[in-house]
Amino acid sequence: MKELVVLSGKGGTGKTSIVASFAALAQKKVLADCDVDAADLHLVLKPEIRQDNEFWSGQVAVVDEGKCTECGLCQELCRFQAITDFKVDPISCEGCAFCSHICPVEAIKMEERLSGRWFMSDTKYGPLVHARLGIAQENSGKLVATVRQQARAKAKRQNRNYIIIDGPPGIGCPVISSLSGVSLALIVTEPTLSGIHDLDRVVDVCRHFNVPVQVCINKYDINEDNVHHIEDYCRSHSLEIAARIPFDNAVTEAMVLGTPVVEYRATAVSWQIELLWQHILEFMKKEGRNASI
Amino acid sequence: MIISVASGKGGTGKTLVATSLALALKDREKVQLLDCDVEEPDAHIFLRPVITRSEPVSILVPNVNAQKCTYCGKCAEVCAYHAIAVLKGHVIVFFQLCHGCGACSYLCPEKAISEMKREMGIIEWGHADGVEFVQGKLSIGEAMPTPVIREVKEKASHDAVVVIDVSPGTSCPVVESIKDSDFCLLVTEPTPFGLNDLVLAVETVRKLSIPCGVVINRAGVGDGKVEQYCVEQNIPVMLTIPMNSGIARLYSKGITLAEGLPNWKKEFARLFERIGEIVRERACSLKR
Repeated sequence: MKELVVLSGKGGTGKTSIVASFAALAQKKVLADCDVDAADLHLVLKPEIRQDNEFWSGQVAVVDEGKCTECGLCQELCRFQAITDFKVDPISCEGCAFCSHICPVEAIKMEERLSGRWFMSDTKYGPLVHARLGIAQENSGKLVATVRQQARAKAKRQNRNYIIIDGPPGIGCPVISSLSGVSLALIVTEPTLSGIHDLDRVVDVCRHFNVPVQVCINKYDINEDNVHHIEDYCRSHSLEIAARIPFDNAVTEAMVLGTPVVEYRATAVSWQIELLWQHILEFMKKEGRNASI
Repeated sequence: MIISVASGKGGTGKTLVATSLALALKDREKVQLLDCDVEEPDAHIFLRPVITRSEPVSILVPNVNAQKCTYCGKCAEVCAYHAIAVLKGHVIVFFQLCHGCGACSYLCPEKAISEMKREMGIIEWGHADGVEFVQGKLSIGEAMPTPVIREVKEKASHDAVVVIDVSPGTSCPVVESIKDSDFCLLVTEPTPFGLNDLVLAVETVRKLSIPCGVVINRAGVGDGKVEQYCVEQNIPVMLTIPMNSGIARLYSKGITLAEGLPNWKKEFARLFERIGEIVRERACSLKR
């Protein structure tokens, strides 16, 4: 089984539009939306939810006002400033349970936290595993891990060879959780100074975790000078540029209609994405290591 | 006054709005920009600050004294993050999992655990053409941005207009960045992805009881559903930035609207006044 993750560092470079097109182009795959705190892939793939599951993760401290003697020890020791006036702010609480262990009158207990939901769905392009992190919740990395586990189990059950992951922006816990052990990370960048800066950081993260990387330059025609910078950067870091996709409003038009751009109409964009998918497929067949856990 | 600039969806123009706002105000107010997008900090690209100081950010993690340890297992039992494992004659600490809560060292019956600093990022100070600048940078391979964000916010000035550039999303780093703000600007684009993520961002700021307003960037692409949503939800649209290749080109070169198209300075100054009005009205109504 081979896994592809699409990342970018910077948000809004076109990850989801490209993954949605891969969904239309790829055979025998399972799709996974790992951008669990702002998931968008479902807007294009229009899933029918088959299974809706609660995601319980971590705990939150709760003070029993009847027992509390207002000694203040918990407030003093909490490193997350989560307790004020002998009450816990569930948003600041990191669930460490320190307070519950040290309360001299055992007035604090830990409750399980409902942190989100994950869904097993069918789309016209194949199965999709997606999720929604609860508003202002933690543990997005664990929810990403759950989505990936479920996608793998589904692929195994149905003999599907590929898992295509829409990744989150950034370089922190959900990103690390999305890329560990994949066969290839495709990084979608754009020729803006921000895009280049963020590309560099996310490439370093992929290398840190030994994940093979290829780069795709999206909207390459908005600043050709910056494209040269990206090309120089990729050359000096021995990174392959897998595609150069032009800017075209067709991408947004397709998004508004909720359809992958490759199925919307024949444009240079869809042609480039088709070539990109062929290229990735070749790489994964020949060189891509099997997904490891 | 603290104004945070957030969005839900990435790439909608948060940094462009935050930096343009800071530069538009610098001649009339003391302005500070805090870049709390510590995973991918980009505001420096637009402000080109002179960095004058930097400091590591670390959290306190356990340091087990093997001489004193009796391998009783109490530390592993109390660690909610499974960051300590006790085997026969060995204590293993998984530093990446440790949140630095301090429970293990406090509760160790042998007083065998002291704490040591583990670096996870840095913060940098500087100034950019009259704007005070602070940014945080999470180190590569580190999973937890919140301690770095907390340190950046520690540096918030009490007598300045503080503009906070926030990371995309709706989870813990966003909450850490925007809490305690007087106002949150939500930057979006008029597309289905922009709307979907705006709705999530609005839920987040409402959960924190922070007043918000919307900036629509790339107006003209997509559809009219973002505006419709704002009307239905009674959320003010504070500023509209059109889709045009001139602005896109400036952005690609790391040039703010305030700098590249000086007419926009007035727009951002007006935006700031409207924010001020909303914040003051709210303060009055809360007092009542």
